[in-house]
Amino acid sequence: MAARVRRLSRFNIVSLTLGLVFLYLPIVILVVFSFNASRLVTVWGGWSLRWYRELFNDSAMIEAAWMSLRVAATSASIATLLGTLAAVALSRGEGFKGRTLFSGMLYAPLVMPEVITGLSLLLLFVAINAERGFWTVTIAHTTLTMCFVAVVVQSRLGSLDKSLEEAAMDLGCSPPRAFLAVTRPLIVPAIVAGWMLAFTLSLDDLVIASFTTGPGAATLPIRIYSEVRLGVKPEINAICTLVIALIAVVIIVASLVAKLSSVKGESAAPL
Amino acid sequence: MSARNIFTRPARLAAIAPYLWMVLFFLVPFGFVLKISLSQTVIAQPPYAPVFDFSAGWTALKAAFGALSLDNFRLLVSDDLYVLSYARSLVVALASTAMLLLIGYPIAYGMARLPRRWQPVAMMLVIVPFWTSFLIRIYAWINILQHDGLLNRVLLALHVVSQPVVWLSTDSAMYLGIVYSYLPFMILPLYATLAKMEPALEEAGADLGASPFEVFWLVTFPLSLPGVGAGVLLCFIPIVGEFVIPDLLAGSDSLMIGQTLWLEFFTNKDWPVASAVAVVLLAVLLLPLLVYDRLQRRQLEEAR
Repeated sequence: MAARVRRLSRFNIVSLTLGLVFLYLPIVILVVFSFNASRLVTVWGGWSLRWYRELFNDSAMIEAAWMSLRVAATSASIATLLGTLAAVALSRGEGFKGRTLFSGMLYAPLVMPEVITGLSLLLLFVAINAERGFWTVTIAHTTLTMCFVAVVVQSRLGSLDKSLEEAAMDLGCSPPRAFLAVTRPLIVPAIVAGWMLAFTLSLDDLVIASFTTGPGAATLPIRIYSEVRLGVKPEINAICTLVIALIAVVIIVASLVAKLSSVKGESAAPL
Repeated sequence: MSARNIFTRPARLAAIAPYLWMVLFFLVPFGFVLKISLSQTVIAQPPYAPVFDFSAGWTALKAAFGALSLDNFRLLVSDDLYVLSYARSLVVALASTAMLLLIGYPIAYGMARLPRRWQPVAMMLVIVPFWTSFLIRIYAWINILQHDGLLNRVLLALHVVSQPVVWLSTDSAMYLGIVYSYLPFMILPLYATLAKMEPALEEAGADLGASPFEVFWLVTFPLSLPGVGAGVLLCFIPIVGEFVIPDLLAGSDSLMIGQTLWLEFFTNKDWPVASAVAVVLLAVLLLPLLVYDRLQRRQLEEAR
């Protein structure tokens, strides 16, 4: 009787399958058609790398991709540092002054419409007369993505067993030392996941980058967006496929790093 | 001995850098939005009349306060374009959040019912599309929905329709795009609460003679309400200000407020009106934002 309730019903299986097909089918179609020999995006003309060759001759697109990669790597690294510090402060620092404001400022950007974040940062940059380009976009992306890093790391810190830290301190470690020796290895996977999330969010962002960049410093999504507005082109399928491939590589590498470091962390813990 | 008290001081020091960063790049910029929403539009670079010029001293500051104007806000309420944009944004956000809940709940429920060792795999499968670019996923749908796109070709080949159907630039395409893009945001919080739920509660309901539907409606659903709340807010708030999806998939005859803001800013170069639009949008979203903040804080900190 009890098992009947818990078992996977046919309804469960159907909704799971349909849901996953819905999530993946458009992406699969996009990737397959990037290898299409035909110029018509929807008529299959055999496999070909033609659009990738054309893409590599499109210097504006290459430049935008390079800009996006630099912004994503820089902003993700700063955001990981700041976001991790914020997570430590929120989960280990009890009730300091302005804590409510602090957590509010960190959670709000997660859902704040991007047009508001983008506009407000642009007005700041204009007011302080900052030259708009690489650094303004990087700062804007850091502001957004550090909040995601903070949430990812904070939820990991919250789920850790505090008695580990207490044991280290009972054995004579100072609190910072206990944190670095015991807690840090345990949260490395979350920090890596945070960096990865920050990197892909930055690589993905159109709206905030459009507001905060200057002339001649278009990011990849800005280029793609202006092309997409003109219609579907096989080159766009090709660049989108490359971005998807890059993100897949980042996810795989990062999860391997996280796995290795967490194994190391566990084996170091008993020492 | 309390570990927490010892930890407090170094942990507080850790707050300094991110705190300053967020004040400088998140809080202060809102001040500028507010300030510029109150200033006059001029054709210049930057295109607004300065409100405060601190170098000019106190008397100039007093004069500047006198020059503050609510004209931009008056424009917002007097011109139908803006009122209709806000209304459309709220309607679209409400309708698509309802659709997301209806579609996302069965998927999350199915995930929570999977054997334990399959659950991380299913979660990974739901998260991965979220990692691929937003813009790319919308573009993928344009591929399918365009006039000679895959959907029309399939429908024509199956003789479901005799003429290609116009899918792009319609509200249906926009709703499809929104549901597609936000689905992981709805599924994950729902799954998190459903997976934590004690199976014994449902078993008890069934043992006491409730039908599977009654078990769901009287036991499972009420217990999953925190997840429902989180999922709804996580989708509703950003959808209200959504720009990319309606811009690429919906028709141009009625605009959502994110598009109106974009248009004022990039096309009309009217920064003060764009700022006023942002201020009102923020005011509209303040209540859901506060509720979301509370939920998020409780969820992250109840594990402590």
